[in-house]
Amino acid sequence: MSDQLSIGGRAFSSRLFLGTGKFTSPEVMRAAIEESRTEMVTVALRRVDLESRDPNLVEFIDRGRVQLLPNTSGAANAVEAVRLARLARAAGLSEWIKLEVTPDPKWLLPDPVETLAAAEILVGEGFLVLPYIGADPVLARRLQDVGVATVMPLGSPIGSNRGLQTRDAIRIIIEQAEVPVVVDAGLGAPSHAAEAMELGADAVLVNTAIAVARDPVAMARGFRLAVEAGRAAFLAGSAPPREGAEASSPLTGFLRELA
Amino acid sequence: MSFAEHLREVPIEALLERASRATPADVDQALDRTAPDLWDFASLLSPAATTRLEDLARRSHEITMRRFGKVVQLYAPLYVSNECVETCTYCSFSRANPIRRRTLTVDEVVEEARLLTDRGFRHLLLVSGEHPRNVAPEYLSAVIGALRESVPSLSVEVQPQTEAVYRDWVGAGADGLVVYQETYDRAAYAAVHLAGKKKDYDYRLETPDRGGRAGMRRLGIGALLGLADWRYESVHLAAHARYLMRRYWKAMVSVSFPRLRAAAFAIGPRTAVADRDLVQMVCAFRMLLPDAGIVLSTREHPAFRDGMLGLGITQMSAGSRTEPGGYSARGAAEEQFRISDDRSPEEVARSVRERGYDPVWKDWEVALHG
Repeated sequence: MSDQLSIGGRAFSSRLFLGTGKFTSPEVMRAAIEESRTEMVTVALRRVDLESRDPNLVEFIDRGRVQLLPNTSGAANAVEAVRLARLARAAGLSEWIKLEVTPDPKWLLPDPVETLAAAEILVGEGFLVLPYIGADPVLARRLQDVGVATVMPLGSPIGSNRGLQTRDAIRIIIEQAEVPVVVDAGLGAPSHAAEAMELGADAVLVNTAIAVARDPVAMARGFRLAVEAGRAAFLAGSAPPREGAEASSPLTGFLRELA
Repeated sequence: MSFAEHLREVPIEALLERASRATPADVDQALDRTAPDLWDFASLLSPAATTRLEDLARRSHEITMRRFGKVVQLYAPLYVSNECVETCTYCSFSRANPIRRRTLTVDEVVEEARLLTDRGFRHLLLVSGEHPRNVAPEYLSAVIGALRESVPSLSVEVQPQTEAVYRDWVGAGADGLVVYQETYDRAAYAAVHLAGKKKDYDYRLETPDRGGRAGMRRLGIGALLGLADWRYESVHLAAHARYLMRRYWKAMVSVSFPRLRAAAFAIGPRTAVADRDLVQMVCAFRMLLPDAGIVLSTREHPAFRDGMLGLGITQMSAGSRTEPGGYSARGAAEEQFRISDDRSPEEVARSVRERGYDPVWKDWEVALHG
C-alpha cells in the first residue's frame, strides 16, 4: 500500500523528519539518520561552515536519499531570515527552507508577525517554505494563503520534551489544513510522536529526544516505529475515546423485539 | 529601570543568609523544584548543599543535555591591546606596571584573526586594556568592520562605552558584549580599583544595560573569583543574569566565573575558591538559568575543564594567548595572566570528542550581522 507524503512535488515514504543539533558527533548523527529512515533532515545554516577544512555537517548527510532542509535558526526577524535563506540558495544547499524566526533565545518561540512577513517574501522569491509556528490555527491559514509548502506547529517549546501540550489547537490546524501539517518541537518520546500521528498530523520533526538519548540510534528506531504505528492507527480510523463505559448490549434492543 | 535600580529591590541580605544557613531540607526542596527561584538558588550554594554535590551535578547535566545537547562551543580571545589607564591591583595591564605595551594596528588584528580562523575558530572575543585614546571607539569600530566578513561571531570585552558607541559597533558587525563586574562587593571593588574611570562601580554595573539597549545579541557577565566571597558574587551575578534575560529578552545571556590567576606585578586571590566550590556554583547556575550560556576559559586546568564538560558549560576558549599579537609572535608583549590550559585548539577539540561531546566551532552566521 502506498501512503506517501507529498511536499513540493516530492514524495516521502517516511513521515519522520530529523533535526541535526545536539548530537555527540556527526558520525552518531549520520547513524541516527540512517536508522530513522528519514527522508528529510533539517540543518541550522549557522552551524554549516562552508569554509572549514574539516567536513561540514551537510557532508554527513546522504543528499541522494535525504531532502536537505536548511533552517534559519538564529534569525530574530524577517530580514535576517530572508538573508539566511538567500545564503542557503547561493551556497547551493537548497531552495527548501525551514523558516524559523525566534527572537527570544530562552523559549525559542516563533514570532508570528515576522514569520508571516518572511514567508511572503521567500515564497515570492521561489523558495519552498516550511515555517515553524506556534500552534495558532489562524496563523496557519494566513501562511497557507501566502503559499507555504507546509505548516510546522510546535507541540511544546523546543527541547522541552513535554509532548503535545498544544493538542487542541493542533487538532484544529489539522482539520482546516490544505497543506501538510508537521508537528515540530517538544516531542520527547516515541509515544508523543505516535499521539501526533494518530491525531492526523502528516509528519513529525524530532531532534532533542533522539540526539540526547543514551543511545541515539536506538531512539531513532523507536521514533520510526512510533510514527509508523501512529500513522497506521490514523488510517485505520481509531474509534474516538468516550466518557465512561458503553454497554455492549444496546439498551434500546427491546424496541426491536416489540417491532 | 537599570540593573542598579533593580538590585535595590532584590532581598540580597536575606538571600545571602539563606546561602550561608540553608538547612538540608531547604536543599532537598531546591533540588526537587522544576523551576528553582533565587531562594532555591541560594540554598544550592549553601554549605548544606556541599554534601549533595553529586545530586546537583546530575541535575545540571540533565538540564544542559536537554537544552544544549552533547556539544560545547569553542572560541578564542583576541587581545588587541594591553595599554591601560586603569589601576587594578590584580591585573598585569594595570597602568603603572612596567610592562611591554602594544596596540595592534587594524591590519595586525586582521592577521591575528586569520591565524585563528585558520585553526578553525569562528567565534572570536576581542579583548583590550582600557585606554580611551589608543583603544578608541573608532579604532574598535574599524577593527570590527575589518573582521565582519570573515568572522561569523564577534564579541567585545573592552572598556565600558556609551550606548551610542555600542550601537555603532553592532552596526559594524559585533554581536556580543562581555563585561565582568570583577566583584559585586562594593568594598572589595574599591579596594582593588585604585584610580581611573573604572573606580565608578555603577557605571560598570550598568554597562550590560547599555549594550542590551544598543541591540547586542549576546551579553556576557561575570565575576572575577578571588576578590570577594564566592557566594556573595554568585547571588549578585544570578540576580544580574535574570534581570538581563527578562529585560533584554532577545539577547542570549551568558555567565562566566574566571578564577583569579597569578600575573606579573599583580596581587593573587584575596579569597580562596576551591574546585568543588566552582562546581557547586556552575551547577546551581545551570539549575536556576537553564537557558544561559556558561563559559569556562583556559584559566582552568585541563583536567578540571575536561571534567566540567556536560556539567553546565556551554562555551570554552582554547589555545588562548593573552597578549596582543600573541598568535603571530608569542611574547611580543606582556600577557594579562598565565593560562592554565595550554593545549592547542585541536588538542582541546580532541579531548572534547573523546568525552562524547561535539566541539562546535561555528554556531553563528555573517548574514546575521547588523
